[in-house]
Amino acid sequence: METLIQATGEAIRLLFRFDAELRGILALTLQVTGGALFLAVLLGVPVGAWMGLRNRVPLAGCLLPLIYTGMGLPPVVVGLFVYLFLSNQGILGDLRWLFTPRAMILAQTIIALPLVIGLTLTAVQAVDPAVRLQVQSLGATRWQLTWAVLSEARQGMLAAIVAAFGSIISEVGAVMLVGGNIEGQTRVLTTAIVLETRKGNFALALALGIILLSLAFITNWALYRWQGVKR
Amino acid sequence: MNASYHLEEITHWYGERQVLSVAQLQIRSGEILALVGPSGAGKSTLLRLLNFLEWPTGGRLYFGDHLVTPALSLEQKRRVVGVFQRPGLLHRSVVANIGYGVQLRGRVPDPSLLQQWLDRLGLGPLAQQAAAKLSAGEGQRVALARALIIQPDVLLLDEPTANLDPYNVGLIEQIVREEQAQRKMTVVWVTHDLFQARRVAHRVALMVGGQIVEVGEREAFFNRPQSEVAAAFLRGELVYG
Repeated sequence: METLIQATGEAIRLLFRFDAELRGILALTLQVTGGALFLAVLLGVPVGAWMGLRNRVPLAGCLLPLIYTGMGLPPVVVGLFVYLFLSNQGILGDLRWLFTPRAMILAQTIIALPLVIGLTLTAVQAVDPAVRLQVQSLGATRWQLTWAVLSEARQGMLAAIVAAFGSIISEVGAVMLVGGNIEGQTRVLTTAIVLETRKGNFALALALGIILLSLAFITNWALYRWQGVKR
Repeated sequence: MNASYHLEEITHWYGERQVLSVAQLQIRSGEILALVGPSGAGKSTLLRLLNFLEWPTGGRLYFGDHLVTPALSLEQKRRVVGVFQRPGLLHRSVVANIGYGVQLRGRVPDPSLLQQWLDRLGLGPLAQQAAAKLSAGEGQRVALARALIIQPDVLLLDEPTANLDPYNVGLIEQIVREEQAQRKMTVVWVTHDLFQARRVAHRVALMVGGQIVEVGEREAFFNRPQSEVAAAFLRGELVYG
């Protein structure tokens, strides 16, 4: 308990100092998570929406179980596969991305993508069929109908983005494997917390943990507020 | 009187199941036709064909002079609007819902017209409220206002007053009759309520088992049914196709 209190005090001092190392870790975390989320949303929202808008999803029998399995992918397994693909012997070895932020973004995109697709698909399918019927009956074109359905599904789609963000900002296994936790290059909040805890630097680990939690809270709060305004 | 719709040998199938077989039906321009019949008779399916939401599997359906096919122009499709048992309101305010059909047509809803419809349907104080928070009756009034503000040539009603209280039923019937009388709009009203059919319709058509078994002027239909099936239906006996 004493250690925790001391560590908390030290963590608060570190947070107020907000030195270059801390700023660097935070910036890289935002870059990696933001980049992965951007790519996952860019690819996942159109795919999920397209599947949700169709009465029958092509190859639904195998595609949907694959997506739902992907929603629960163990990050460390994703990290392992990305590592093998990007390693010198791997088919993407020539890219020389291993132990760079690009590899981390790739791994986190793979983790987030099924979540975005699956939850977007569910959100679009959950739109009340009475709304579709009524919009069609009011004389909507195909595009107007699509837009109306997506607009009705926006809260569920936002939940998909929030869930994807939550899963990758807190993820450690994949980024540790493919990033290597290199100081100043691939060290993000989660990998830094693991390292500092192992070194016994509980104050720094705790400070990083507080930042991570704050970051998650602020992002979710902002999205919740935006959702509230839109509602 | 011009025919608003003309149906010839219409058949409609869902997979292996035939749901409609209408040899002939004329829906006159400017009339209120009540479509009655037991559950599963094909009334709602027929309404979907009249609303161009589905295309008949066989036969010919004419809308005015136009043969109805998937190539029917958007302009023609937009002359017809439906209001269904569930109002299908968007997650927007009441006033935004009412103006939605106008927006779909690329126009900005006229604020004075919106206000007029809000007042007429007793929705004025609810204008800015989220539509999702409305009661069933209020929601259905919004759906009706949203349809009528467009001034359609044909209004299709699929049991819009089912499960509503007498006040809302009365108000919806009154508004539809007023608009119909004023603009000579064609109305096809699917209802299970024979009293409602008698209150609102000029003519009544009875559907059983996907077929129109009798069509007649209101008083003739109720007082002098021509077929045994219609007489049995009016006596309150269940009729199966």
